[in-house]
Amino acid sequence: MDFFSEFFQAITNMSATSLAQHVVNGVSLGSLYALIAIGYTMVYGILLMINFAHGDIVMMACYFAFFGITVFHIPWYFTFIGVIIATALLGAVIERTAYRPLRDAPKNSVLISAIGASFLLENLANYLFSGRPLRFPDIPLLSSNIEVGDVQIQAICIVIPIMTFLSLWLLLHIVNHTKIGMAMRAVSKDYEIARVMGINIDRVISITFIIGSALAAIGAFMWGVRYPGITPMLGVMPGLKCFIAAVIGGIGNIKGAVIGGFILGLGEVFIVAFFPQLSGYRDAFAFIVLIIILFYKPTGLLGEKTTEKV
Amino acid sequence: MSTILKTDRITMRFGGVTAVNELKLDIREHQIVALIGPNGAGKTTAFNMITGVYTPTSGDVMYTLPSGEAIKITGKRPSDIAKMGIARTFQNIRLFKDLSVYENVMIAKHLHLQSGFMSAALHLPWYNKEQKAMEQDVKELLQKVDLWDVREEKASSLPYGQQRRLEIVRALATGPRVLLLDEPAAGMNPKETEELTEFIRRIRDEYDLTIFMIEHHMDLVMEISDWIYVLDFGMEIAQGTPEEIQNNSRVIEAYLGVEEDA
Repeated sequence: MDFFSEFFQAITNMSATSLAQHVVNGVSLGSLYALIAIGYTMVYGILLMINFAHGDIVMMACYFAFFGITVFHIPWYFTFIGVIIATALLGAVIERTAYRPLRDAPKNSVLISAIGASFLLENLANYLFSGRPLRFPDIPLLSSNIEVGDVQIQAICIVIPIMTFLSLWLLLHIVNHTKIGMAMRAVSKDYEIARVMGINIDRVISITFIIGSALAAIGAFMWGVRYPGITPMLGVMPGLKCFIAAVIGGIGNIKGAVIGGFILGLGEVFIVAFFPQLSGYRDAFAFIVLIIILFYKPTGLLGEKTTEKV
Repeated sequence: MSTILKTDRITMRFGGVTAVNELKLDIREHQIVALIGPNGAGKTTAFNMITGVYTPTSGDVMYTLPSGEAIKITGKRPSDIAKMGIARTFQNIRLFKDLSVYENVMIAKHLHLQSGFMSAALHLPWYNKEQKAMEQDVKELLQKVDLWDVREEKASSLPYGQQRRLEIVRALATGPRVLLLDEPAAGMNPKETEELTEFIRRIRDEYDLTIFMIEHHMDLVMEISDWIYVLDFGMEIAQGTPEEIQNNSRVIEAYLGVEEDA
């Protein structure tokens, strides 16, 4: 099978309409990956640990939205705000109970605790909400189609990139121009110095989890509108891919996580578009990209060279 | 002169090892006090207990507030102790290496901003005013210590002596009353050491500081200290003025006799 000739054939056969369609899909998927990947990268930047529960926080946020809209009939925009708050709290509680007691423990213990927190959330969701898939509430305003020329676009696909860029802009503003942002950067560079300069690291870490989880909640809500099936294992695959996105971009670097998210999102959509016969390998794409990039740039695209601290 | 910092028989045990044993320090305001002793005597451990990095196994650290009230700071968070006015530097230089000289000092200063997140995000007038005042402070501080000209340089690109000085300046930016220096002259040549001696005296007077330092360079210690504590195997073996310490036979035996290793 000659991939290249097929590739060119696919491109030439593809109409401008369907190309535009794929770009829109890729950008919106990439935006979602980016939002979730930021949570991984921020926590890693500050604590040097991988928060394996992050994907499950996304899953919990989807259930929160389900309960808010479908069960309690709260208008979706209020629910959206409620979900952000509830998810941010959940993130803070996980940090407080699963990670903070291990602050002075070896890194491996914290990692195991993160895996434990992840399993706990998955099984808790399974127990409370059953494993039967639920349907994310339909929000006509977001899920309806808009026609732009010949292209049919779901409204959410426009909303997703806009929300992502607004969130990213706000986040970068916080990190670069506020006192807490400066404290975060100081803690991520060297927490021992940071604390003797008067920075309360526990507070900085809590706020990091709150921000990361709030972004995950925004991502989760939009994820639910776009891909409406909710199950307790919903967060596993996106969680893994967003973690990969963070690593590809250079873990610890916020802009890197966003770039990584877009590479994976666009790549995945295009693989399926150009090589329909490879669509079964869709999920493998992220891992292949990971291997290739790490092979040439072990610290990720925007990663800093790590020098061992003495 | 009144006591500003005191330890009441602080002890630190790590498993079966007693790193510091019932250490009693009494540090008087505006003095330069040195803590000396062979490697592994427990000097840095004592610093870590004072700054809250370790909580002593037993004993208490007492700190006198500007109001004259003495309070117990044992077991408090390092950040809270720093806010009360105890700043420190580290044995191995610990700057934010890839940030500029200016940013290194700014971070230390920034944390004393009163304005919260909202006023920063919205650039409210009082935030801008506070920000301006802060920038002015940092400028003055850097000018005073002759680091203004290199403010844009990466901290890691400075010569060794200047990096040491920057670390001290960064500690100063937190607005301390007591400054703890952990081997400030480590790795310095005689000329740099001499400059440092002058520098420590100068900041003590200009910022009305009390200085407590760990140091191995005996000429530096003997020249500027008002009082010296000598530690060996976690226990105090002597204290006194530089003359008294130089003539103390136990000190000579425990420490000065092996000086060539230091």
